Amino acid sequence: MKRLLILGAGTGGTIMANKMRKLLARDEWEITIVDQHKTHYYQPGFLFIPFGMYTRPDVVKPKTSFLPLGVEVIFQEIDRIDGANNHVMLKDGISLRYDYLIIATGTRVVPEETPGLKGPLWHKNIFDFYTIEGATALADFFKTWPGGELVLNIADVPIKCPVAPLEFVMFADAFFVERGVRSKVNISYATPMSGAFTKPRASKVLGALLEEKNINIIPDFYLEKVDNDRKMLVSYDDREIPFDCLVTVPVHKGDAMIGRSGLGDEMDFAKAHKHTLQSDFFPNIFVIGDAGNFPTSKAGSVVHFQADVLTENLMCAIENRPFTESFDGHSNCYIETGFGKGALIDFNYDTEPLPGSFPFPGIGPFGLLKETRMNHYGKLLFRWIYWHILLKGKEMPIDSKMTMAGKKM
Amino acid sequence: MSQKVIAGVTVDVNEEGYFTNPAQWTKDLALAIAAEEGIALTDKHYAVLEFLRERFSKGEALTIRSVGNSGIIDIKGFYGLFPGAPMKKAAKIAGIPKPASCV
Ligand SMILES: Cc1cc2nc3c(=O)[nH]c(=O)nc-3n(C[C@H](O)[C@H](O)[C@H](O)COP(=O)(O)OP(=O)(O)OC[C@H]3O[C@@H](n4cnc5c(N)ncnc54)[C@H](O)[C@@H]3O)c2cc1C
Repeated sequence: MKRLLILGAGTGGTIMANKMRKLLARDEWEITIVDQHKTHYYQPGFLFIPFGMYTRPDVVKPKTSFLPLGVEVIFQEIDRIDGANNHVMLKDGISLRYDYLIIATGTRVVPEETPGLKGPLWHKNIFDFYTIEGATALADFFKTWPGGELVLNIADVPIKCPVAPLEFVMFADAFFVERGVRSKVNISYATPMSGAFTKPRASKVLGALLEEKNINIIPDFYLEKVDNDRKMLVSYDDREIPFDCLVTVPVHKGDAMIGRSGLGDEMDFAKAHKHTLQSDFFPNIFVIGDAGNFPTSKAGSVVHFQADVLTENLMCAIENRPFTESFDGHSNCYIETGFGKGALIDFNYDTEPLPGSFPFPGIGPFGLLKETRMNHYGKLLFRWIYWHILLKGKEMPIDSKMTMAGKKM
Repeated sequence: MSQKVIAGVTVDVNEEGYFTNPAQWTKDLALAIAAEEGIALTDKHYAVLEFLRERFSKGEALTIRSVGNSGIIDIKGFYGLFPGAPMKKAAKIAGIPKPASCV
């Protein structure tokens, strides 16, 4: 028997297990997937937790519910990949041989990278919302917070879902307005980037939105350390921002196992070809999703589009044919802007987000790069789509390649 | 795309003055661009510039943290060499395109 081994049973690993099990003959191919945790988190839902819109049960389900029959599941920490010998070692000493390997181990937040971030104020006045623990602790904090300086800081890029911090501050604005205490809360958005977003046109539109909502943008702020005694953020060029509540998006890294295996860059992101998704080091290793060093957003929508490409290219590799698919960096993100409205951006490696309508040109129903009610419903609907269609690798009415139809230059 | 004459040499640059053809770069040009930015280049500066050019040529992301991990200088020192916006200034002087601060 030949074996396809998938590392990580999050969004990307789960989709690939479902897609590949349909394509690979069961009497010839074993598919094995490894993850350290039994719970699947709907991570986009973490954004809603601090504001009491979702609670834990809304975002968790058992991983096994989404994996098809005929896929062997091992819950165990992965220790390292031995690419030269086609083996993966698990923490408990088990060694798994593979013919093809998919790396889908995602990214993690590492607050320890910044001095003082995980200090005495951690989960007292300093929270992250990229983990379930952080998001729920912040929900509890907000229940009784009388107001003050609320600062959202992005410690460094790249981060998962680069729009989530923007959504967070816009939700915070609406949340405190609705509670009648907005005048007691000063909201700041401190980012290492030069504006609200990475791409110029979206940055302009989103920047204007923040301004309208009286959210203070502090650009080019590159965090060096957090002074817990003085409740102060300090940048490398010695600027300071005081806070009463700090919501941090900590430094992101790939899993340390990638680094140990010699397959990553200095942030432990697995190095792979941005179009074929093949590892830079071994032809029988492929990378999908947040784990890779791809120059596009680390987002569930990207993972979904990559899965179509990876399925094709993996079959090409297995059948000894040249690659037929190429990933274009397609990303598609709903952006919650508060008060029941949302925006939507659609872009790839070469084209920045543009205004227009999506997915049907001129019709929508979603509006690109503008605030509409429909976009907000799109985001809420995404949770249902995620659990019921996306993870199972079923077809969606959106092409994995970005299209210019419906976009205005 | 436009052109600019730096130290008597014509080079291709974008609207913001970043090189669009890194092959046109020389150390003399770096010296001149740095002077425009009010920076007097030292060996340490050059080591950082070479590091950035090398990463760029390999298609690797240009991040402040990667400079901090390079062994050449720490992040604080990088800010010292290129005050204000170190990555943007260093990229301009190194003759490579403006780093698309990763999405
Ligand atoms: C707050 C927030 C909001 C977001 N909003 C959106 C959104 O609106 N739209 C959108 O498209 N995306 C959004 N995302 C991003 C999206 O959730 C991720 O991009 C996506 O889940 C990545 O999938 P992945 O398969 O690459 O990694 P993951 O789904 O994170 O899976 C990685 C898996 O690998 C396992 N693993 C890692 N290392 C090891 C090891 N050594 N041993 C064993 N197992 C290991 C982990 O346990 C995990 O299960 C959001 C994310 C966050 C945090």
